[in-house]
Amino acid sequence: MPTIEDYKGQTPAWCPGCGDFGILTAFKQAVVEMGMEPHQFTIVSGIGQAGKFPHYLKCNTFNGLHGRTLPVATGIRLSNHVMPVIAVAGDGDCYGEGGNHFIHAVRRNINIKLFVHDNQIYGLTKGQASPTSMEGMVTKTQPFGVFSEQLNPVALAIALDCSFVARSFAGDTKHLKGMIKEAMTHKGFSLVDIFQPCVTFNKINTFEWYKKRVYQIEPEYNPEDRVEAFKRALEWGDRIPIGVIYRNHRPILEERVPVIAEKPLVRQGFDKSKLEKTLKEFY
Amino acid sequence: MDYSIKIGGEAGQGIVTIGDTLAKVFSRKGYHVFTHQDYESRVRGGHNFFQIRLSDIPVMASRDKIDILVAFDKAGIQLHEKELTGSGIVIYDSSALKETHDKPNFLDIPFANLALERGGDKIMANTVAIGAVLGMLGVDMDILFEIIGDTFKKKGEDVIKGNKDSATAGKEYAMTHCARCSFSPAPQSGPKMLINGSEAIALGAIASGCKFYSAYPMTPSTGIMNYIAGKEKEYGIIVEQAEDEIAAINMALGASFAGVRAMTGSAGGGFALMVEGLSLAAMTETPVVIALGQRPAPATGLPTRTEQGDLSFALYTSHGEFPRIVFAPGTPEQAFYLTNKAFDLAEKYQIPAIVIFDQYLADTQWTYEGLDLERIRYTDYRLRGEALQKLPEYKRYVFTESGVSPLAVPGDSKHLVVADSDEHDEDGHLIEDAETRVKMMDKRLFKKLPLIVSEIEPPVLYGSSSPETVIVGWGSNYGLMKEAVDILSKEKSIAMLHFSEVYPFPHPPLNPLPSREGRQTVPSPLAGEGQGEGGFMSTLCNAKTAICIENNATGQFARLMRAETGYEFKNRINRYDGRPFLLEELVGKIKGIIG
Ligand SMILES: Cc1ncc(C[n+]2csc(CCOP(=O)(O)OP(=O)(O)O)c2C)c(N)n1
Ligand code: SF4
Ligand SMILES: [Mg+2]
Repeated sequence: MPTIEDYKGQTPAWCPGCGDFGILTAFKQAVVEMGMEPHQFTIVSGIGQAGKFPHYLKCNTFNGLHGRTLPVATGIRLSNHVMPVIAVAGDGDCYGEGGNHFIHAVRRNINIKLFVHDNQIYGLTKGQASPTSMEGMVTKTQPFGVFSEQLNPVALAIALDCSFVARSFAGDTKHLKGMIKEAMTHKGFSLVDIFQPCVTFNKINTFEWYKKRVYQIEPEYNPEDRVEAFKRALEWGDRIPIGVIYRNHRPILEERVPVIAEKPLVRQGFDKSKLEKTLKEFY
Repeated sequence: MDYSIKIGGEAGQGIVTIGDTLAKVFSRKGYHVFTHQDYESRVRGGHNFFQIRLSDIPVMASRDKIDILVAFDKAGIQLHEKELTGSGIVIYDSSALKETHDKPNFLDIPFANLALERGGDKIMANTVAIGAVLGMLGVDMDILFEIIGDTFKKKGEDVIKGNKDSATAGKEYAMTHCARCSFSPAPQSGPKMLINGSEAIALGAIASGCKFYSAYPMTPSTGIMNYIAGKEKEYGIIVEQAEDEIAAINMALGASFAGVRAMTGSAGGGFALMVEGLSLAAMTETPVVIALGQRPAPATGLPTRTEQGDLSFALYTSHGEFPRIVFAPGTPEQAFYLTNKAFDLAEKYQIPAIVIFDQYLADTQWTYEGLDLERIRYTDYRLRGEALQKLPEYKRYVFTESGVSPLAVPGDSKHLVVADSDEHDEDGHLIEDAETRVKMMDKRLFKKLPLIVSEIEPPVLYGSSSPETVIVGWGSNYGLMKEAVDILSKEKSIAMLHFSEVYPFPHPPLNPLPSREGRQTVPSPLAGEGQGEGGFMSTLCNAKTAICIENNATGQFARLMRAETGYEFKNRINRYDGRPFLLEELVGKIKGIIG
């Protein structure tokens, strides 16, 4: 059985008190409890504070470019669909720079687990507005406040009929661990949007701010009702729901690609013997 | 014998099907065939043409003059009548074109009526036209009947019979009404292979064990995706249409990281979006092959036409410094072998390799006796399965003598595979220190580069071994240049130097490689092999006249040559109207320079 110690990685370069630490703790606990070994899965990350996540763990890692986690994860997963593939991104990373990829990864319903460290700000580049920043937030680059409507990733995902949509909070590692485990075991593209306070640059959406507002969705709630899910997704203000907000059981891409019905692509080898016949088709 | 046939008409009239069918008949009959297409960026209307040349000796370029013009629209006649040879003939259907030409070199064939009367459906008018062309040439119908049988197998016997009867009707009509037809193609034996550049690149990829192809459609690269997609099941390949070219290259890199050979392709515009990913491939040392199909730009340019305008872009684009390979095949045959070599070297050295081509090469069909599968390189350089499990330790970017660190498959063993777009240490974790940075740069760049250069073949020298005139070119101008040398050799001392492995530049002995210390290192032993002492540079320097021929405005290859060797061309022939050179035109331009 793996232990938390097995997952000890590089020393994090995050600011003390950053919400990212809570995510790291919850993630380690989740994979250990699930009995996953570091070599059994791959994390793909982008660039930002969240992008550094896999370095602070132990696992197969592709730390790619800002915004490009999902296409890389898609390529990995299609090539080896028996290996769990996790994408870790920031809110800017995933919803800004990589917004197009987000839409299409959800549409494909490839069985990737996407964990978004949503601090409603650009942390690594020192505090510019992100797509999820609240309207009116003043930053160095938005001196008159943010003009654009705040992006609602949960509602967007439900609109796209995303297979699994959850929200959690880095300040509640127990809840977060649960959401991570549920996402990991769900079959289908899974988004967990995680409120992750940036203690250095986001002076609005602080630990206190979230703590005051978030509430856990009641157990009777049926996440398979899309219209109800949409209503929950639109709740924002004094009360913000966390938990599994929407879920469906659409077939996953990996099961629809005939080429990998029997074996993952990476195990198929290359059979040269058919080439003669293929060449003949040109005569 | 050397005949050219041009089929002209609107998009949607079936010009390509007619051209393809005729080319297939000729190649199966054993003729050497060359075809090229010219089409507009539209699905219906406009004016397109398909030109076929057939001969009893190898042909590799289109001529200016045509022997048979099949006109399906008025523009076909207006634009191309002047291209007819003295004995050339136009065939057309006056009822369809609503105009009649009373000149002796015009033959009015009622394509639609014959199709209706003999085949039972006007839709078979194109088959009548095919039959008519074969009738004019006196070529048997047996192969055409075979093709009709294969094409319409699913549509049933009636359709097959209707098409055969239509073809026969066209043939008989041409034979009885074409008093001027005096074509006599010599019979040939043994079918030949007929293949275009796109198919050859795709086939080269498949023959290299490519397992993953992700792309976003863009002319002239879509043919590659189409061909590979048609073989997905048979070869176990995944073709994924990405949401954009950024995703396309990142997916390919993901697949490659996961342990399979991966490729992407686009035109210049899509490649522009891939540039960040190109640099990611370099930093993470993830092998990838990119097919870059040039078309006239900037921006959307002339989407369906041809140009060699992206060479400098392919050579130099990226943030940061790293080795890459750029191959520019000149023929479908070269495209097949060089795509394979690109896969091999990309994986061997864990670098991006670009196969640059253009619309002209993509769409031109050539005939060959065959392609040699013995020449295909296939070594799985990845560390996987048991071999990986047995290793006591693994570091993705371990420092080695060659700069190449073993590339392991994640998930195959307890060893973790960590790739990073940040500068990193041997384990793949991000670093900030200057010393590791320099060591990693040296590993990726200076250690690998001489090894890569040693894999690069010198240019092809064709013609006189000590020529007074050398014509120099790269990529798709191979066939034109070679035929121009054949024509001009009758009275001149002339040779061609054709570069297909353009980067790293094949190093002539006179000009060794740069090294980290700025000293000169030993040149590649391969450079200049078989080209006498001094290799291709001395051929060039000893010539009285050297001319660089390119389908672009500014002479991008000439500039590369100057940058790499110091050699400066005094003569250049450039065409940048979106069309390929034609043979006689090129010969004329060369004569204009050398007299
Ligand atoms: C193409 C590109 N554009 C911009 C950047 C600079 N950049 C790095 S991280 C980042 C934003 C980070 O914000 P987010 O994704 O929310 O992650 P966080 O740091 O907040 O975790 C930006 C703009 C980059 N690395 N690459
Ligand atoms: S800047 Fe913000 S997000 Fe980044 S490490 Fe510091 S607190 Fe965390
Ligand atoms: Mg952020």
